[in-house]
Amino acid sequence: MSVPVVELAGINTVFGREYVHRDLSLVIGEGQVVGLLGGSGSGKTTLLREMLGLLRPAAGSVRLFGVDLQEPDQVLQRNVRRRLGMLFQHGALFSALSVFDNIAFPLRELKCLDEDWISRLVHLKLAMVELDASHGKLMPAELSGGMFKRVALARALALEPELLLLDEPTAGLDPDRSQNFVDLIGALQRELGLTIVMVTHDLQTLAGLASHVAVLAEQRIIAFGPKDQVMTVDHPFVTGFFGADRRKLL
Amino acid sequence: MSSIPSLQVESGKVVLAGQWTLAAMLPRLTDLQLALKDAASVPNRIWDLTALARLDSAAAVLLWRSWGNCWPEGLVISDLHRQVLERVADLPREMPPPPMRPFRVPEFLGGLLLKALSNLHGLIALFGQLLLDMAHLLRSPKEMPWKEFTANLYKSGAQAMPVTALVGFLIGVTISYLSALQLKNFGADLFIINILGISIIRELGPVLVAVLVAGRSGSAMTAQIGVMRVTEEIDALSTMGISRSLRVVLPKILGLTAAMPLIVLWASGVALFGGMLAAMLQLDLSLIYFLDNLPRAVPVANLLIGLGKGLVFGFVIALIACYFGLRVKPNTESLSANTTSAVVTAITTVILVDALFAVFTRHVGVPQL
Ligand SMILES: Nc1ncnc2c1ncn2[C@@H]1O[C@H](COP(=O)(O)OP(=O)(O)OP(=O)(O)O)[C@@H](O)[C@H]1O
Ligand SMILES: [Mg+2]
Repeated sequence: MSVPVVELAGINTVFGREYVHRDLSLVIGEGQVVGLLGGSGSGKTTLLREMLGLLRPAAGSVRLFGVDLQEPDQVLQRNVRRRLGMLFQHGALFSALSVFDNIAFPLRELKCLDEDWISRLVHLKLAMVELDASHGKLMPAELSGGMFKRVALARALALEPELLLLDEPTAGLDPDRSQNFVDLIGALQRELGLTIVMVTHDLQTLAGLASHVAVLAEQRIIAFGPKDQVMTVDHPFVTGFFGADRRKLL
Repeated sequence: MSSIPSLQVESGKVVLAGQWTLAAMLPRLTDLQLALKDAASVPNRIWDLTALARLDSAAAVLLWRSWGNCWPEGLVISDLHRQVLERVADLPREMPPPPMRPFRVPEFLGGLLLKALSNLHGLIALFGQLLLDMAHLLRSPKEMPWKEFTANLYKSGAQAMPVTALVGFLIGVTISYLSALQLKNFGADLFIINILGISIIRELGPVLVAVLVAGRSGSAMTAQIGVMRVTEEIDALSTMGISRSLRVVLPKILGLTAAMPLIVLWASGVALFGGMLAAMLQLDLSLIYFLDNLPRAVPVANLLIGLGKGLVFGFVIALIACYFGLRVKPNTESLSANTTSAVVTAITTVILVDALFAVFTRHVGVPQL
């Protein structure tokens, strides 16, 4: 087997005196689509931030593509970061840049692509998330909530990442769009063999996309494995989350 | 792993293999582009893409461009990868170019003028709103936002005391020292009291404090209101039925208007003290003598003018700061631009108003010899 894409070992996260994660471990292999479940405030976003290296855990190590995020080598770190894309829970678009420039930004930062290439790629990403080319001129403040999310997704996809981290990707989308989103990510995943970690509360998204499920409760991963196996785990959170739908999803 | 994207030409057939992804292409981008161009320059070749491990959209765009934006005659490719290329092929051929306005001087000047007029209009409207709010408060005094008012008084008044004192003291010392050098030459040592008294109390104190406060409290007000706009807090306030002008703008303006005369008094006092010290060291003028003669050399009208200026300057600075704060659009660029405009406009206006004061009070408080 090749190196795992994400490898968390013995993670402790502490805010003040509150433990958010305690001795948490998780290994995600190439090509897996992992749905990360957990109650509100259980530390899912925090875990994603740690995977991105935005937050350093109090203890434990985070490895992406086999590279420890605390490795001091700048070039190595930058190359790892280019291989991942993140969709933030609140979008985090650059408010001073237009939609087009937001998506083009990471491509321009590479400093090797010409403008024609970038422009085609941006329009491609816009089309992927079902936005018009004319929407490229809009500023983030002029977008609706769902459009905002889709632009953020387009930006996360701009660098053709191998690892995609999605924080509540379908929250705020209508059911149709949400289904299209699932189809789009599914297609991308099949074409490119992406590894995806997504936080979601939406059963539909989970059922449509995830191959694996990780459940975050009691400050650690209480269950991780293929979707159908995790659904049968006997834990109050799991039974509560899937509830009566458990059978239907199987 | 056979991850390197490769291109081989074998007997009229172009074979692509490996990972054609952005990350894998980046290190050898120029070589690949050249090789593709070469391969595509000969027509009627078969393109064999079955050995591709991965094809992402960046690579698909590259291929599509080197094919001259159309499908090559003989293309062998798996369905999965064909889909990626089809997405690129479906893009509209002509990308709309970003509109560029040519630069014309009259247009630019006219734009500036219109912007200035609209700012003036907005300022007057905000002033009017303020008057309406005051009238409303007179009728129902219970709604006066005392807490916000006192908080602003403390933030822009009490907390500004150290910095204004420091700057005032240094300016006082400098002016006194420089004037003393000149006065000594003429043997007019005693006039140091007139010079310091009039210049500091009437002119320097208020203007100096206004510049400091515009940079300190004015920018803070603009930024605060601006961020409240960005994060939609202002909208949240109005949905709760709370008037933004009453709760956010009014206390700021009243607070600074009340605080400014006090800071002016404080800063002028410290500046005079600095001047006195320098005069004592330079001209052997005792502190007691200085203080005894100050009221005679500087009529009390000067103090009133100084405090009046403080009042007006405080009002102007806060009004301008709030106006630009409310104009912030929800993005970071607009926030920084408006904060800059607020400070620059406030300082310019203060100096303008100061000139008006000078003209209209030219007969007041100047001792006739
Ligand atoms: N910067 C911070 N400082 C202090 N506490 C924090 C910080 N960030 C998060 N927390 C706390 O950590 C806990 C986990 O937060 P997190 O944002 O990861 O939750 P979540 O699982 O993503 O929840 P949701 O599903 O509601 O988005 C919360 O209790 C939160 O209050
Ligand atoms: Mg979250």
